[in-house]
Amino acid sequence: MLHTFRKGGVHPPESKLTASDKIIFVELPREVVITFAQHIGAPAKCELKKGDHVDRGDLIAAAGGFVSANVHASISGTVTKVDKYKTAFGIPVDTVTITATDEDHLHDLDAMAAMKPLRSDEEIAALDSKELVAIIDAAGIVGLGGATFPTKVKLSPPPGSKAEVLIINAVECEPYLTNDHALMLEHSDEIIAGVRMLMKAAGVDRAIIGIEANKGNAIELLTRKAAFDSRIEVMGLKVKYPQGGEKQLIDATIGKEVPSGALPIATGAIVQNVATAYAVYEAVKFGKPLIERVVTVTGPSVERPGNYRAAIGMNIKALIDVAGGVPADTGKIILGGPMMGKSVVQIDAPTVKGTSGILMLPEKDSVRRKVEPCIRCAACVSACPMGLEPYLISTLSRLGRWDEVEKAKVMNCIECGCCSFTCPSSRPILDYIRLGKTTVGGIIRARQQK
Amino acid sequence: MSPIIIAILILGGIGILSALILFIVSKRFYVKEDPRIEQIEALLPGANCGSCGRSGCHDFACACASADSLDNLMCPGAGEEAMGKIAEIVGLTASAAKPMVAVLRCNGACENRPVTSNYDGPRSCAILSSLSAGTTDCPYGCLGCGDCVAACRFGALHMDPVTGLPVVDAEKCTGCGACAKACPRHIIELRAKGPKGLRVWVACANKDRGAQARKECSAACIGCGKCLKVCPFEAITVADNLAYIDFEKCRLCHKCVAECPTKAIHTTRIVKETKVTE
Amino acid sequence: MTPMLTVSASPHVHTGRTVSTCMWHVIIALLPALACSLWFFGVGALIVTVTALLGCMAVEYAVNRWMFGNKDATLANGSAILTGLLLAFNLPSNLPVWIVLIGCVVAIGIGKMAFGGLGCNIWNPALVGRVFLLISFPVQMTSWPVPLENAWRYTDATTGATTLGMLKLGEIQAADVNLANQAIGYMGGSLGEVAAVALLIGFVYLLCVKVITWHIPVAVLGTVALFTLCLGDNVAVELLSGGLILGACFMATDYVTSPMSHKGMILFGVLIGVITIVIRKWGAYPEGVSFAILLANSVVPLIDRYIKPRRFGERSKK
Repeated sequence: MLHTFRKGGVHPPESKLTASDKIIFVELPREVVITFAQHIGAPAKCELKKGDHVDRGDLIAAAGGFVSANVHASISGTVTKVDKYKTAFGIPVDTVTITATDEDHLHDLDAMAAMKPLRSDEEIAALDSKELVAIIDAAGIVGLGGATFPTKVKLSPPPGSKAEVLIINAVECEPYLTNDHALMLEHSDEIIAGVRMLMKAAGVDRAIIGIEANKGNAIELLTRKAAFDSRIEVMGLKVKYPQGGEKQLIDATIGKEVPSGALPIATGAIVQNVATAYAVYEAVKFGKPLIERVVTVTGPSVERPGNYRAAIGMNIKALIDVAGGVPADTGKIILGGPMMGKSVVQIDAPTVKGTSGILMLPEKDSVRRKVEPCIRCAACVSACPMGLEPYLISTLSRLGRWDEVEKAKVMNCIECGCCSFTCPSSRPILDYIRLGKTTVGGIIRARQQK
Repeated sequence: MSPIIIAILILGGIGILSALILFIVSKRFYVKEDPRIEQIEALLPGANCGSCGRSGCHDFACACASADSLDNLMCPGAGEEAMGKIAEIVGLTASAAKPMVAVLRCNGACENRPVTSNYDGPRSCAILSSLSAGTTDCPYGCLGCGDCVAACRFGALHMDPVTGLPVVDAEKCTGCGACAKACPRHIIELRAKGPKGLRVWVACANKDRGAQARKECSAACIGCGKCLKVCPFEAITVADNLAYIDFEKCRLCHKCVAECPTKAIHTTRIVKETKVTE
Repeated sequence: MTPMLTVSASPHVHTGRTVSTCMWHVIIALLPALACSLWFFGVGALIVTVTALLGCMAVEYAVNRWMFGNKDATLANGSAILTGLLLAFNLPSNLPVWIVLIGCVVAIGIGKMAFGGLGCNIWNPALVGRVFLLISFPVQMTSWPVPLENAWRYTDATTGATTLGMLKLGEIQAADVNLANQAIGYMGGSLGEVAAVALLIGFVYLLCVKVITWHIPVAVLGTVALFTLCLGDNVAVELLSGGLILGACFMATDYVTSPMSHKGMILFGVLIGVITIVIRKWGAYPEGVSFAILLANSVVPLIDRYIKPRRFGERSKK
């Protein structure tokens, strides 16, 4: 009997077109656009001016507070623009544009080919928890599952709470996405090493790697690779969405529920994504900051779908072109998976640390179906992994009855989308719940400030 | 005694007893209310819009009746005349607040600002603005889903099906500001109604640089500053590539209206060669 | 040049299940029972069923089209067909056409459309129709054609009493009832309620396609069984008689008029079970499932208000 979380959940079609595909290296772009709010928290502060020269891996923007992360240059080159640039959602944000000359480009290629470990295994073994957290902080590592929460913040639990177990999120419950799967198959040794570093950094002596059962080869491989360290357990999990949600994963692996309104650390668990563990390994071993990541570029009619390893800041359109360009029948492009990803208005925009996938859906799958009246079928209530009443919150929110929305525990919502996914009437349940969550969140903050 | 008489006596008795209890309770627990509150409330619109800062019209009426001065008490919905009457009732002078009206700081009509993406979801500006910059390239302008129209309690707003923008009916608008609060882009501004209903404003909120702004919308303010130069009263400021006309200083000379190269400055006066709005 | 993109909030995929899939699944689940009733009650069952179906569809279409002014009015979601079928299942097979049609008008017109249409009604429309007819035409509604004898007879069918009716009047004893006949439906009763086994097959089908959950039917049947046991009566006879299985599996589980949380569903089912037995045992009517469901429907808003699903992370530690 495979473990899983106990409440709600759905099973969308997996559509993992690129499962077990090799990671494809994307040639370094000649131009990257780097944004400063690639993580949750305060944006990083950039002091670069036009004309400055930076090397690949140089710090270009320092964390703007405790909950923030450093941002590094992903190619060598000259700063050609310090200006607003539109994100894929059409919102102008502060950016720097770095352009590489042929010379810069060759320099980068040489450096990559000759990458040497910065620290030997003995030196790594000698690092203590504080030093490890400092390295992770300096490397600008954030949660790579999509939420992009700065990793060092999670590793420094607030006073009074004690971490007992590290849970590695290798669930990848989103349909279509396979970037973590590919990473596990190709870099299992590095991931296990990264997990051990994270365990040390967090000061725990137990780690659980949670992998859904549809990635049997990854479970088998990691179990074998982790066999030498009895503190690490690889746990196969039943395929169910949203198992990759932090709270659901904690429930699935250690059977504890994060109390309502509390942080996950209240259960003694620290959850880190498997790609984060890999990034930690690279940062500690090679001193390499977070400047590239694996992005699944996929879709039913994409010419060469695959798991592409690309520099962060690379233009989305350029990356799609590597995969064969935008198919002619495309109606919707989504950053992330289809359950929680965001659909974009345009693709002349940079990738960011949290870009786990680029999904191109054909036109016929891009439009929602006609909204019908709610027939009170209770499918949303059964599907909600948080035990909420989506139909009710959604209606109250549409009517603007915020005090009742708050009483219905809207702030517990994890926006997983199970309710809208399962609704036979195709009602925009989550659209309104999200509106309610934003509004009530604002009301609560205003009340706390009083 | 026949059962009918017994029934009549019992039921009648219960009725009389209940009446007696009601009478005693109503006398004993009578709350004396200022009779002026009812008079004031009759003058108010009764929309409970909250623009006076009170929780509703009754609350406002109570506040007026017990106030020492009406300086901070102004119901935009009732208007000056009604406020004058309220002042008479309570024996004070009405506050001298200027009547305000809502204006839209966007002229991104369909022909000026082509649609570049579809939106599939509930028609709500609040939801759309949380997803993207909207269905056009302009990340500052009107989203066109009509949250302001839904927020207006006086029927003073409607969506123009041709331009896709909301239109303010200055006659009905009370300046309560509900639409301005509802707009997630904050492009509805409350401005003084102006003498004879005349007012001039920049109908754009785009802060992008000129070239970029122009690409996004042909009617955008490009921050060129021409209006700034012709204004004899220093009523115009340009910040973040966007001009703004201070209605306290503007004397309605309309020089800027003719000067604006993108026709982004609007007026309620009918001027030749200038787009007439409202 | 990229095509014009569509933007919408996540999730961007959908189960593909629609209102009409749910409705058609229930209709399919009712087919075995329909086949049984056609076998037992012959042409009368056919006439009543077809009349009820057409009547309900006509009323729904008319109200939608001309009273609500809904130009795209459609019957494709199957809800009117389902109501018609359930209404027919609750009528005796010798009921004159005109009474069936009155039932349709009440069921759809008053029971559903008067509240605003699909999803807005408080009471199960088919049961509103049935109870209206039961009270208005008590003689016609309680003359039950004898099964297998009336294959080609309609309003002139030979009639008998239901098992529950006979038990109430003391004509037979519970011990004398042939349980096998009860299970396959060889007994007097409304045309769709008799074939217990066929109904249960339909119920299992609904569970398999996940259109309904087990909570309500199990709560209703469990309560009836337990209550009967406490009273010292024959449990099997109570379970297999009257409209209990039809009511528990198909009428009480109606989406619109049942609670939203699993806990609420169980309470709802228990309520139906208790009221059913109270009416059967001490009431004037021999059968009480319809009334029980309608009464329980009335408290659904209250149940939904006070019985909430268990929130994640709020485990009761008491």
